Amino acid sequence: MKDVLEFTPILIDGTWITIQLTLASAVVALVLSFVIGLARFSKYRLVQWLAIGYLEFFRGTSAIVQMFFMFYVLPLMGLTLSSLAAGIAACGLNLSSYGSEVVRSAVQSVGRGQHEAAIALNYSTYQRYRYVLIPQAIPVMIPTFGNLLIELLKLTAVASLITISDLTFMAQIIRVQTALTLEPLLVILVIYFVLASVLVGFTNYIGKIVSKGRNTIEAKGA
Amino acid sequence: MDWSWKVAFEVMPKMAEGLLITVEATLVGALLAYILGLALAILKMSKSRPVAFGFYWISEFIRRTPLLVQLYFLFYVLPDLGIFLSPFVAGVIGLGLHLSTYTSEVFRAGIENVPKGQWEASKSLNYSPYQTMRYVILPQAIPPMIPPLANYLITMFKETPLLSAITVVELFNAANIYSNSNYKYLEPMTLVGVFFLIVSVPAAYIAMRLETKYKLKNTGAA
Repeated sequence: MKDVLEFTPILIDGTWITIQLTLASAVVALVLSFVIGLARFSKYRLVQWLAIGYLEFFRGTSAIVQMFFMFYVLPLMGLTLSSLAAGIAACGLNLSSYGSEVVRSAVQSVGRGQHEAAIALNYSTYQRYRYVLIPQAIPVMIPTFGNLLIELLKLTAVASLITISDLTFMAQIIRVQTALTLEPLLVILVIYFVLASVLVGFTNYIGKIVSKGRNTIEAKGA
Repeated sequence: MDWSWKVAFEVMPKMAEGLLITVEATLVGALLAYILGLALAILKMSKSRPVAFGFYWISEFIRRTPLLVQLYFLFYVLPDLGIFLSPFVAGVIGLGLHLSTYTSEVFRAGIENVPKGQWEASKSLNYSPYQTMRYVILPQAIPPMIPPLANYLITMFKETPLLSAITVVELFNAANIYSNSNYKYLEPMTLVGVFFLIVSVPAAYIAMRLETKYKLKNTGAA
């Protein structure tokens, strides 16, 4: 264990990279989830199909394959991404396909009467989604988004395979240099667990804030 | 950067062999995930507080840490403790164990969703615990479990490329080995993506059909 403690600085670096990777791809995933999820409600068939194509593509091919594709194949097409950018893009795009389904089903779960009321009040489509449907859908999305955030954190470990020096990568370095196996892997498992637990606490907190006084909607959501 | 069919046809037989390993890993892993998941669900519902509490946190620990690191753990740490597993066996155990924390939630929810009155009714009809489970509870609990369990089968399939990190030559690794030794990335990586799509898109469609089928049957029960 003492040998592993010598490596504390690189473990801290690795943890920091993992946090950055998680947060950056969470932002990418969140934005794209809304774009793709709401595109499913478009009145244009083409937009709907594009959204479904995106969903099936990123959900259907494995995340690790997408990551390798972005890191090794895109440069051949003239688009060179740094390993960190490829990792963020792959994690973000992959998660956004799951996230878009969360957005879609949450918006659909808002009662039919709310649609009709907004139309009766002569709200434009934009106003209907912005002021009526989405605000009511958000509390329904939070718990599932929380689960996806943990999936994302776990997905960042895969980024170590495309040479990003995250926590998993650092553990491998320690393992190779010290020939210790149990200690470095156990240490990073605990770090991942702590990070994930912080994310769980954070989502629960957000969930409490947004659903204040809205518990009636959540009950209707299912 | 040009697509070469020659390369594509050269790598395909190797990938076909890999696909076989992928399918085997998925099926054995899923079987393990279902069995362990059911056991975990029963343990988490145990009347003994310490048992329920202990297994809840064990399951959360596994669920909140990356599968990749768990695979490294099984592959590198167990030999130090005198347990030698082949890469395939270590990989399948890792997959099954990781996914069992998800399936256990499906089993738990399925059993808890059977209305309390059903248990009471069986008791008043003097059914034995076996009869209660066999004729009353399980026939009502199982149908709603089928769609999520099918979805986890698909998830499992998409997680198998991680086994490449512990030297299992499955679909992705077969392509990757070819890529690394021939410096051809475009065709193998694209084909892996296509292979995954060919399997997971129809599978997702079937899972969706199952969902509508079992939801209809189950109206009123929830």
